Amino acid sequence: MSSASGSDTTSSAPNHTVRLYGDALDRPPLIDPRRTSTRRNPAASLMRLTPYLKPYAVVFFSMLGLALVAVLLSILTPLITRRIIDGPVVEGDKEWLFALGAVALVIGLGESMLNFIRRWTMGPAMLGMETGIRLDMYAKLQRLPMSFHSRWQSGQLLSRIMSDLSTIRRFSAFGLTFMIVNTVQIIVVTILLINMYWPLGVVVLLSVIPVVWLCLANERVYTKLSRRIQDETGDVASSVEESIQGLRVVKAFGRVDHVFNRFTKRAQSLHDTSIERVRNVSKFWTFLEVIPTLTMIIVLAIGAVAAAQERLTLGTLVAFITLMLSLIWPIAALGFLLSMAQDAMTAADRICEMFDAEETIVGGDVVLDDPKGALRFENVAFQFHDADRPVLHDLNLDIRPGETIALVGGTGSGKSTLTALVPRLADVTAGRITLDGVDIRDLDLVALRRMVATAFEDPTLFSMSVRENLTLGRPDATEDEIAEAIEVAQAGFVHDLPWGLDTRIGEQGMSLSGGQRQRLALARAVLVRPAVLVLDDTLSALDIHTEALVEEALKRVLVGVTGIVVAHRASTVLLADRVAMLEDGTITHVGTHHDLLATVPEYRELLSADFDAEEVLDGMSPSERELAEMEGSLR
Amino acid sequence: MSQGTEKLSRRERRRLEQEQQQRITDVDTGRPVDRDTRDGRDERLDRGELDWRGVRAEEAQDGEITEKASILLRDRSRRLLGSLLSPYAKYLWVLVAAIVAENIARLSSPWLVSRGIDLGVPPLMQGGSARMLIETVLLMVVAVTIQATSRIFFLRVSGRIGQAVLLELRKRVFRHFQRLDVKFHDRYTSGRAVSRLTSDMDAIAELMAGGFDGLITAVLTLIGVSIMLMVLDWRLGLICLLSLVFVGMLARWFSRASSRTWRKVREASAMVIVQFVESMTGIKAVQSYRRQPRNQEIFTDLSHRFRQINIKTFHLFAIFQPGIQAIGNITIAVILVVGGLYVMDGSMTVGVLAAFLLYLRQFFQPMQEIGQFYNTFQSAISALEKLSGVLEEQPEVKEATDPVPLPKARGDVTFDHVDFSYVEDVPVLPDLDLHIPAGQTVALVGTTGAGKTTIAKLISRFYDPTAGRVLLDGVDLRDLSDDDLRRAVVMVTQENFMFDGSVADNIGFGRPEASRDEIIAAASAVGAHAFISALPQGYDTDVAKRGGRLSAGQRQLVAFARAFLADPAVLILDEATSSLDIPSERLVQQALQTILADRTAVIIAHRLSTVEIADRVLVLEHGQVLEDGPPAQLMDTSGGRYAALHEAWVKSLA
Repeated sequence: MSSASGSDTTSSAPNHTVRLYGDALDRPPLIDPRRTSTRRNPAASLMRLTPYLKPYAVVFFSMLGLALVAVLLSILTPLITRRIIDGPVVEGDKEWLFALGAVALVIGLGESMLNFIRRWTMGPAMLGMETGIRLDMYAKLQRLPMSFHSRWQSGQLLSRIMSDLSTIRRFSAFGLTFMIVNTVQIIVVTILLINMYWPLGVVVLLSVIPVVWLCLANERVYTKLSRRIQDETGDVASSVEESIQGLRVVKAFGRVDHVFNRFTKRAQSLHDTSIERVRNVSKFWTFLEVIPTLTMIIVLAIGAVAAAQERLTLGTLVAFITLMLSLIWPIAALGFLLSMAQDAMTAADRICEMFDAEETIVGGDVVLDDPKGALRFENVAFQFHDADRPVLHDLNLDIRPGETIALVGGTGSGKSTLTALVPRLADVTAGRITLDGVDIRDLDLVALRRMVATAFEDPTLFSMSVRENLTLGRPDATEDEIAEAIEVAQAGFVHDLPWGLDTRIGEQGMSLSGGQRQRLALARAVLVRPAVLVLDDTLSALDIHTEALVEEALKRVLVGVTGIVVAHRASTVLLADRVAMLEDGTITHVGTHHDLLATVPEYRELLSADFDAEEVLDGMSPSERELAEMEGSLR
Repeated sequence: MSQGTEKLSRRERRRLEQEQQQRITDVDTGRPVDRDTRDGRDERLDRGELDWRGVRAEEAQDGEITEKASILLRDRSRRLLGSLLSPYAKYLWVLVAAIVAENIARLSSPWLVSRGIDLGVPPLMQGGSARMLIETVLLMVVAVTIQATSRIFFLRVSGRIGQAVLLELRKRVFRHFQRLDVKFHDRYTSGRAVSRLTSDMDAIAELMAGGFDGLITAVLTLIGVSIMLMVLDWRLGLICLLSLVFVGMLARWFSRASSRTWRKVREASAMVIVQFVESMTGIKAVQSYRRQPRNQEIFTDLSHRFRQINIKTFHLFAIFQPGIQAIGNITIAVILVVGGLYVMDGSMTVGVLAAFLLYLRQFFQPMQEIGQFYNTFQSAISALEKLSGVLEEQPEVKEATDPVPLPKARGDVTFDHVDFSYVEDVPVLPDLDLHIPAGQTVALVGTTGAGKTTIAKLISRFYDPTAGRVLLDGVDLRDLSDDDLRRAVVMVTQENFMFDGSVADNIGFGRPEASRDEIIAAASAVGAHAFISALPQGYDTDVAKRGGRLSAGQRQLVAFARAFLADPAVLILDEATSSLDIPSERLVQQALQTILADRTAVIIAHRLSTVEIADRVLVLEHGQVLEDGPPAQLMDTSGGRYAALHEAWVKSLA
C-alpha cells in the first residue's frame, strides 16, 4: 500500500493519549504506590490502577449517569404505553393518539440514542485506560534489570500485558457500571419496599444477608480459582513460546511428543481449573438467582397471612410483589458481575506484581563530559541471589584509558558475568567498579551505557532493517560511519542482501548465519564509538580467515578506546595489551601474553595453539566468498 | 421493569464477552492464511515503518481481501468449528431441554405469585383454608428447584463442552505447529505462532464460555413470540415482519464491516505481541544499546493502532446494537398508533392490542441478544480463520504415510543424486552422491557456504532434497516414521536452546525416560559434570529463562550431553564446540573418540584438531566433494587441499 495511508494511521492516535503516555519511559508508572501492608490484596491492587482512569473520569461518570437514565427510560416506555391504551385508545381520541405515539417514538429513540452514546464513548475511553497501563507496563519491563527477566517466564509477562489487561478493561467498561447501577437499583427498590410495608420490607432486607454471605463465602474460593486460571494461562503461553522458539531443537531430537505432553499437561490443568470455575459459578450464579425468588415466596406467604389479618391491603401486597419482581435480575446479575470484578482484581494483582518489582539498577546523576575510559575493578564480587557461592570474588583489575585487556578463562569461569557488570546489566554484590574514578553506580545510566558498548557472544538481532540494527546504539550515525563499522566487522555481505541496508533481518526477516550475526553485532558495538568496548567472545563463530581480517581492523578501532576482549584463542588475545586470567571467579594473573605463556602453565593449557580449517581453505578461494555468503544469507 | 432490566443486563453480558474477543489478534507477516488471501499488511508498510523495519520479500504484493476470498475463509473456519463441535451434537437436545425447563420454571414464578394472590389470599382473608396458598407456595418451591437444577445442569454441561472443545483445539494447533517443517517456521516466525496459540485461543475461549443459554433462550423466544404475534393479529404481525427486513439489512452491513474489522484486530494484536515478545527476548541488547526509547515509541504506536482498530469494533457495535433497538422502538410506536386506530375503528380489541404490545417487547429483546452473540461469534470466527489457515498448512517435509519400520538403525547414510536449493535456481547441492558406511566418522571441511550445514540438515530431514534421495540403511528418509528417524539421527548445532527447567531436565531432553544416573553419566562423558556439580543446586539448578544462568560454553556442553544421552546411530555435530575453551574442547574430543566409536558421525568444525579424529574427510566446495578419503591418505596427496590444510596446521602447532 502507499505510504500515505500509514502516516494517517500514526497521526490518528488521539494527541492527548500520546501526550499522556508517550513519556512512559521517563517517569515512574502512574500506578498508586503500594500500601505498607505486606499481604497482597486484589481489591487494593485494582484500586491502585485508578490513576489510569483519571483522564477518562468525566466520560466514565457521565456514562454511568447515562446508564441510570437509560434504566429510567426503559421503565418509562411501558408507562406511556399504558397511558395510550387507557387514554386516547379507549376514548377514541385520534389526535392524542398521534401525539402520544410521537412521544413514545421520541422516548424510544432517546433510549437508543443514550445507548448509542454510551457504547460509542465508554468502550474507547476504557481502551484508552487499558493502553495507558499497557504502555506503562512495557516501559517498566524495559527498565527492570536482567535478574528480573531471567526469573520470569516470558509467557507470564505476555499473558499479563494482553489477557489480564483486557480483563480489567472489560470490567471497567461494563461490569463496574452495571455493578453500580444494579446496586443503586437494589437499594432504591428496597427503600421503596420498606416504605410500602416495613415488616415485609425487613424480610427483603434480611434476604440481603444470605446474598452477602454467599458472595463473601464464594469470594475466597473464586479468587483462588481466578488467580490460578490466570497463572495457568501464563504457563500455557510460556509452554507455547518455548516450544516455538526451541522448535529446531525439538525436531532435531524428535521430541515432539515430549514437548506436546508437557504442553498438554499444562493445557489440561488449565482445562481442569476452568471446569472447576464452571462448577463454582454455575452454583454461585444460580443461588444468587434463587435467593430473591425464595424471598418472594416467603413474602407471599407472610403477606398472605398479614392480608388475612388485614394488616395490609391486597392492593399493597400486589404492588409490593410487583416491585419485588424487579429485584430478581439485578441481584442475579450480581453473580456474573462479581465474578468479573474478582477476575479484574486478581488480574490487577498480577499486574501490580510487575509494577512492584524493584528496579534494582537505577542510574545516578553524574555525567562524564569527556570520558577517558579508566576502568577499575575494586574487590568486586558477584553472586546470584539464590546461590551460596559467588561467581566472582575479590576481583581487582585496573585498566588504563585506551588500554585493551584480554580476559581469558575456562568455560564458566565468570568472564561473561564480568563483562555484564560494566554496562550494569547486573550490579556488583560487593566492591565497586569505577570509570574515570567515579563509581559506575553514580553515573547516569544512559550516559554509562553510551560509554560502554558490548558485542555479545549470542548476538541479538531485531526484526528491523540492517541499518536500524547497526545504529541501535547511535541512531545519528552517518553513512560513512556505518560503512566504516561494516568494514571493520567484515560485514560487507549486507550490501549483497536483496535491499542492501534496508533489508529486514532478524526473526521476521532474512535469517543470517551465526558468523554473519556476530559480525553485525560487532559492527553495532564499534559504531557506538564507546569509551569502553567490550567484546564477549564475539568472534567464536567466525572462521579464522575472517577473524584475522576483523582483528586487523579492530586493532585500529581499539586505539584510544578502553577494550575488554573475552578470548578463547591466542589470535584474539594478541589484540590486547595485557591479559587477565580468570580462575574460579577471581583474577589470578595479569601480564602480557608472552609473559603468561612463559610463566603460567594453566594459561598455556588454556591457549595452546588451535587451528582452523576454513582459514586455509578460505585463503585458497577468496574469490568465491561472495557465493558462500549468499548461501548463508538465504539460509 | 424486571424484564427490561434483565434484558439490559444480559445484553451487556454478551457485550462483555464480545469485548473479550478483542484481546486477540494477529498479524500476517508471512503467508498466514492462504497464499492468495493475505490481507491487512497495508498498515504496516507505511513510510515511517519502512524506515526502520526494512523490506522483506513477501510483503511486496498486497491488497484488500476480496469478497470471494472472505467467503472462502469463513467457510473454512466454520467447517473447523463444526468439526470441533460435532462430537457433542448429541448433547444439543439435552441442553435445549434444560433451557426450556429452566425458562418455563422461571416464567412460572410470576404467574404462580399472581395465582397465590388472586386465589390463595382471599380465602385466607375470609378466614377460610390456607390450602390454596400452601399449594401455591409449594408449587413455587418446586419451580425454583427445577429452575436451579436445570440452570446448574446447563451451565455445567455447556461449560464442560466448551472447555473440551478448547482443549482439543489447543492440542490440535500446537501439535500441528510442531509437525510443520522448519521451512514453514522460518517464514511464519515465532511471535505470530505464539499469538495464534495464545490470543486467538482466548477469542475462541470467549465464544465457548459465552452463555449459549442466552442464545438458545433468545432463539426460542423469538420463534414463540413471532407465532403469537401472527396469531394475535396478522396485520400488525406483518408490520413486525416488515421491520425484520430492516434488521436484516443492518445485520448484513454489520456482518461485512465487522468481519473485516475483527480480522484487523487480530492482526494489530499480533503486531503488539510480536513486538513485545521480541523486545523481552532481546532485553539484554535492548538495555545495553539503550534501545528502550525507540522500543517504547514503536510499542506506543502499535498499541495505539491496536486501540484504534478496537475502537472501530466498538463503534460498529455501538451502531448495530442501538440500531436494532431503534428499529424495535420505532416499530412499537408505529404499532401503537396503527393498533390504536384499529381499536378505534373496532377491528381490534383493547386487550389484544395490550397483549400485542407486551409481546412486541419480547420480540425485539431476543434480537439484541442474538446481535450480541453474533458479535462474539464474528470475533471468534476471525480467530478461527487464522487457526484453520495454520491447520490447513501441510508440511512440505511430510511424515511417511506407510512407514518402513527401522527399529534399530545401523547408521548407513547415502546421498543418492541429491539436488538441493533453498530458493529456486540457486542450487546449494548439485547432484551430490555420497555414501557413509555405518560406524564411520566423517568430517566435513570447506568454506563458509560450501553446503556443510545443508548436508547436516538433509540427514536430519529438516528439509527434503529437491531431487534425489537421502537414505538411511537403504531406506529413503521420506519412508521412515518420524520416531524411527529421530531415534536414529540427532543433530547438535550452535543453537543450544535451553528449555525452562533444571540442568538435568535439559540433558534429559535427549531421552526423557533416562534415570538421574544416566544423565550424570552423559554429563560426565562430555566433561560437563564438574561445572554442573558446582552450580548451587547441582543438576537441579534452574537454568533460568533460556539458559540465562549458563555461559555459552556451558550451554554447549549441556547440549552435547543431551545428544550423547539420546544415543543415536547417527550423530551430527554442526560447529557444536565453537564456544568452548580449548581445554574443554579437548576433553570433548577425547570423549568423542569413545562416543563415536560405534556410531556414524558427521562433524562440521573449523578446527582441524576435531577433524583429526575422523575416519574420513570430505573437502567440499559449492556443494561438491573435491576430496574424499581418510585424513592420513589425503594428507599425502600432493597438491591437495587437505594436505595444504594439514601442513598449515602442523606449522601452526610448532
